[in-house]
Amino acid sequence: MTTRVFKAGLLATTLCVSGIAAADKVVISIESWRAEDQALWDELILPVFEAQNPNIDVQFKPTTATEYNAALNARLAGGTAGDIITCRPFDNALAMYDAGNLANIAELEGLSNFSDVAKAAWSTDNGDAKFCVPMASVIHGFMYNKDAFAELNLEVPKTEAEFYAVLDAIKDDGTYIPMAMGTKDQWEAATMGYTNVGPAYWGGEDGRLGLISGDAKMTDDGFVEGFRQMAKWTPYLGNGFQAQGYTDSQNLFTLGRAAIYPTGSWEITGFQQNADFELGAFAPPSKDADSSCYISDHTDIGIGMNASTENKDEVMTFLAWTTSAEFAELLTNAAPGFFSLSSHDINVENALANEFVAMRGQCEATIRVAHQILSRGELPLGNQLWTLAANVINGTQTPEDAAAEAQANLDGWYKP
Amino acid sequence: MLVKQRISSVGIHAVLIAYSVLALFPLALIVLNSFKTRKAIFRDPTGLPLGESFSAKGYDSVLSNSDFPLYFGNSLTVTVVSLVLILLLGAMASHALSEYRFPGDTFLGLYLVLGIMVPIRLGTVALLELIVSMGLANTLTALILVYTAQGLPIAIFIFTEFLRSVSKEIKDSARIDGLSEYRIFFEVVIPLVRPVIATVAVFSMIPIWNDLWFPLILSPGEESRTVTLGVQQFIGQYTVNWGAVLASLSVAILPVLVMYVIFSKQLIRGITAGAVKG
Amino acid sequence: MANTGSVSSEQTHRRPVRWYILVFLAPATLIYTIFAIYPIIESLRLSLYEAGDGGGVFVGLANYARLFGEPLWADQFWNAFKNNIVLFLMHMLIQNPIALALAALLSVPTLKGAATYRTIFFLPTLLSVVVVGFIWQLILSPLWGVSPAFMNWLGIGSFFKPWLGLESSALITVTLISIWQYVGIPLMLFYAALLNVPEETIEAARIDGLNGWWIFWKVKLPLILPTLGLVGILTYIGNFTASFDLIYTLQGGLAGPDYSTDVMGTFLFRTFFGFQAQLGDVYMGATVASALFFIILIGVGLYLFGVQRRLQRYDS
Repeated sequence: MTTRVFKAGLLATTLCVSGIAAADKVVISIESWRAEDQALWDELILPVFEAQNPNIDVQFKPTTATEYNAALNARLAGGTAGDIITCRPFDNALAMYDAGNLANIAELEGLSNFSDVAKAAWSTDNGDAKFCVPMASVIHGFMYNKDAFAELNLEVPKTEAEFYAVLDAIKDDGTYIPMAMGTKDQWEAATMGYTNVGPAYWGGEDGRLGLISGDAKMTDDGFVEGFRQMAKWTPYLGNGFQAQGYTDSQNLFTLGRAAIYPTGSWEITGFQQNADFELGAFAPPSKDADSSCYISDHTDIGIGMNASTENKDEVMTFLAWTTSAEFAELLTNAAPGFFSLSSHDINVENALANEFVAMRGQCEATIRVAHQILSRGELPLGNQLWTLAANVINGTQTPEDAAAEAQANLDGWYKP
Repeated sequence: MLVKQRISSVGIHAVLIAYSVLALFPLALIVLNSFKTRKAIFRDPTGLPLGESFSAKGYDSVLSNSDFPLYFGNSLTVTVVSLVLILLLGAMASHALSEYRFPGDTFLGLYLVLGIMVPIRLGTVALLELIVSMGLANTLTALILVYTAQGLPIAIFIFTEFLRSVSKEIKDSARIDGLSEYRIFFEVVIPLVRPVIATVAVFSMIPIWNDLWFPLILSPGEESRTVTLGVQQFIGQYTVNWGAVLASLSVAILPVLVMYVIFSKQLIRGITAGAVKG
Repeated sequence: MANTGSVSSEQTHRRPVRWYILVFLAPATLIYTIFAIYPIIESLRLSLYEAGDGGGVFVGLANYARLFGEPLWADQFWNAFKNNIVLFLMHMLIQNPIALALAALLSVPTLKGAATYRTIFFLPTLLSVVVVGFIWQLILSPLWGVSPAFMNWLGIGSFFKPWLGLESSALITVTLISIWQYVGIPLMLFYAALLNVPEETIEAARIDGLNGWWIFWKVKLPLILPTLGLVGILTYIGNFTASFDLIYTLQGGLAGPDYSTDVMGTFLFRTFFGFQAQLGDVYMGATVASALFFIILIGVGLYLFGVQRRLQRYDS
């Protein structure tokens, strides 16, 4: 009794702001980590859907990437998460499905518009349940400053030898920092370094699936060679790269101070807005002239339904729309660099994005090595690679040592 | 003697000014560069925003793209109401703990300060479920209740420490005068604890104002968004647009300054009131 | 209640129910119990469980055995613990003496502009870690060039290092940034305590022929010893609970380079909520949290029963 009276009093004395609900429309919201894309969803993508479905109001509500997983999981547990959830691929989304947070959407008809490879990122291991519509992939590679290459008479490198020759030439000239990358945030070392150029040495999917089946080990030469490449990068990085973060690298490159930026297609929009020189892209170098090149064509973003949403029909309507050619076209051209995973024939307008697409024809494709199955234990290989790759570039750990540590970790919890 | 005093006074000012520069320089740097073009920020970070390097574009995107007055109002409401509750309820509890003997008083005293030792953040999930079941998700009330609970242990800890050191004579003479226990609290104890009110207020205010976590979890809705959360979301949208990032940082500093100026006089009056009394 | 007029002799012996005690204590106790203790206990309870079908399975102390027994966990735990201790010692040895010195200077009675200085010194404390993290990353950035340029100007440019990125210096750098931000809090506490030293005591010392320096050492410092103790214990607690935000902002969830800035807070956050590929494990997270709780409990216990008692004896 006293509690209730007290609480009532407290509520009366404090300001109580309750959400203003729209009376006639059904409001559904999207959880996402792509805060950068707020304007693009608000202005380009969602208005098209809402015009066709006047009774649904879709709101894009991103959380910054660093807090996304933690905040989303807390909101899911508390029942306040959005109706639609942007899914990270593989083990992360699978765990959310297993925890009952993502609904099974296998009956969604439009899923037939996607290849099995694309759907694999958001299916249970036996493929029975599917919990996210594949949305987009990103392609890894290198971006370069075309003006700088022209100025120094450089050709785009195709093999490892050519790649280092180009880097040496830039370094000798001294006008530009050869490569814009730092190890402070650690993930670039793993994502833009190790899993970017490494597949050429471990044979892309062969190596990755080998690790999963147990036929390959992180201590095999291909995987160690990936680390050796990282060690070779060190002299080409800018002064003080150990304290250079991701945004530092972005700025270093777009301000024209560095010639090459190891990255992926997701940077296209931001870079084209901020760089005042011409940008080009090239694929990760092949081992030698006789070998083929490999790219990480990584299934990166999916979109699924919160299992406890109260607006199932509306969410399914929206998800069905995300399988359409119209959505694929909108996304691909509104966010160049995020390539629709659908099998619709999409015309990519952005020239730089097309350079990345062209790599699909020239190179073998794989995905980031540690994302599927190998990140299900403690430590997840995906996280461990961050630290190890950064250590190798920093020179605090040898490639062989890093590979051995990774394998020891996998041995600790992973049974092929 | 006089000369010696002058020298030491110059010395004191030299030290204090040196430290002031250390405290202010980083802030000045942010504000300065928020008025510059992106190129100028990187080429000459310490240069003044003059002529070609001047640009207020960052502020344009910040002020046109977000609802800062609303966020500021929310932050202010949450902070002030929580602070008042922490101070009042904390002082009441500490008074009871230090003044009266009753069964379980030691236990209750320990129980009430236990919360200093664990960040409430750990209880996030249970807390969120509780808030949702009370229908308080996305309200400022939720934040106020959590911050009050979070601030109480340290307030009680400091108040109790202090009240135990205050002599009982004043209160006893008030009792002889026939004052009720409630009037003793409001008319005798409250003025007595004024010097530590400042301390407690400072301790409680900063974590509330700057908290990112609970707004993110308990009330991320547009209507109940706080300044800190707003700025954080904003930075996320402009990873490469540093003009806008620096502008939003500057905008975030401003309300805190206003807040401090509002409180500062009260705080210092509290501190010096104690000094005169002592 | 009916016989208020004629109080029986038995009732005068028994004290009347003192409702005002309840009125004073109930509001704080209720809010605190519902919104702090209940959720925390809910979480800590999970340390005795592990994930199973449709919820937790009781496993007793198995999670603690894992935390301290398995190298994967124990290494992380002790590394974080060690870093926390370094952090605490540096705050005690650098932050608190600076705060005391500045407070002592500010409390000189003839000082002009004390209010302005006070406001300035307290300013960094008011800033959000988002702001502080960003500012210092920029200043220390080897690319952006404020600190390298400044050091060149001083002629010591060759000593510049990417401090935040080196294993040997990252923790120290983070700690110094934390000190820059939070020195205002002990400063305020010391300042308030110094102002509360009775004027007569100081006057008496002056008549005894002591100069300002000796008055501070011999008269003021002993009188503010309880505040020193308070600052010490608050530094200890804050170092375990509050250090999280700054390190998370500056160095990320993996507290690089190579976990050299990992503290209990970041370790706990990673375990409890997950980070990137690592999934949150509420059960192990609760175990780490409970361990943290006991570490702080031991420190506070030592303070309450050791330091504080001695101080009070000294005081009286």
